Amino acid sequence: MIIAERKPINEIMEMVKDAKRILVLGCRGCVTICSAGGEREVEILASLIRLGKQKAGQEVSTIEATLVRQCDKEYIDSIDQWDGQYDAIVSMACGVGVNFIANLRPMAKVYPGVNTSSFGGSAEQGVWSEQCAGCGDCVLHLTGGLCPVARCAKSLMNGPCGGSVGGRCEIHKDVPCIWQSIHDKLVRIDNAEGLAAIAPIRDWSTSGHGGPRKTVRNDLTV
Amino acid sequence: MSFTPNIQAFCCHYTSQQTLAEGPKGLQADGFPKSITIHRLVCTGKLEVSTLLKAFEDGADGVYVAGCPLDKCHNLMGSQRAAKRVAAIKKALAELGVEPERIEMYHLERGFHPAFVKAAQEMNERITTLGPSPFQGGTK
Repeated sequence: MIIAERKPINEIMEMVKDAKRILVLGCRGCVTICSAGGEREVEILASLIRLGKQKAGQEVSTIEATLVRQCDKEYIDSIDQWDGQYDAIVSMACGVGVNFIANLRPMAKVYPGVNTSSFGGSAEQGVWSEQCAGCGDCVLHLTGGLCPVARCAKSLMNGPCGGSVGGRCEIHKDVPCIWQSIHDKLVRIDNAEGLAAIAPIRDWSTSGHGGPRKTVRNDLTV
Repeated sequence: MSFTPNIQAFCCHYTSQQTLAEGPKGLQADGFPKSITIHRLVCTGKLEVSTLLKAFEDGADGVYVAGCPLDKCHNLMGSQRAAKRVAAIKKALAELGVEPERIEMYHLERGFHPAFVKAAQEMNERITTLGPSPFQGGTK
């Protein structure tokens, strides 16, 4: 899922300082699962916004709503039901949702309520860790299913750097050296001979270094 | 100008048994401040962040939660969860430029004991010193 976390409330208050009617818009997708921007978080943020405005002596009204997703045009269309009832939207979806609203409703003032951080999973209750960088050229079949792009601090492709000590990364003792993990995994599954192959210099154009990426599936387009 | 704070207390069934047994008059005779309104819950783990924020929106100058001791919650982790939610609100209050001390978590033994009244007195004194809530509106 996409991992996100609510922005500090003072940052959000600065964004909406001129708005008197605010639509706080959650998303039932990833940000609900990682407890950043679902229905419950919308309720909390709307309350905090009202309190912040009360403190500033400003009038405010909030509309609280949560869309099924904010990354599909069909769902974005449903915000039209509140046309004329808000001055600004605070989207608690990931950055995709904010962009989609901005794309599809050019006159809407839309602000991000969360910081979108990574593609990851729930490591334990309340803890999420990055697992995938969305680089567009997956090598997991060569690395035992463990990603060196997302999980190596240097995104190295040919084994660990000199900072790998005792299976740990030099950036922090809590971070495993993923290349050590890859080695251990490939040995365990009797596939270590693949490590001898030298990965060529990587073409990072699929990773966003070649500009915004677009996926077109001709079998699905209409 | 005298200031009587509006304090909302959210107490679990076990830490607030005294309120049931003695009633409001009995509690006040023990020294429990009149400024505090008690909301009894089955467990503080059931408290939502939004419920505590709503108390401030409704005009509370201070809010506190009284749950079981951290390692002796009747529902195992209820008071731990409540403490984390209170901590999250303290952080948000600080971000809004409001004293985080306006909300507090107390871990108290169940049943009759002076600590229940003492926590209330402490909160009453604290909020009286801090003064009215910086959040305008509400009931004041």
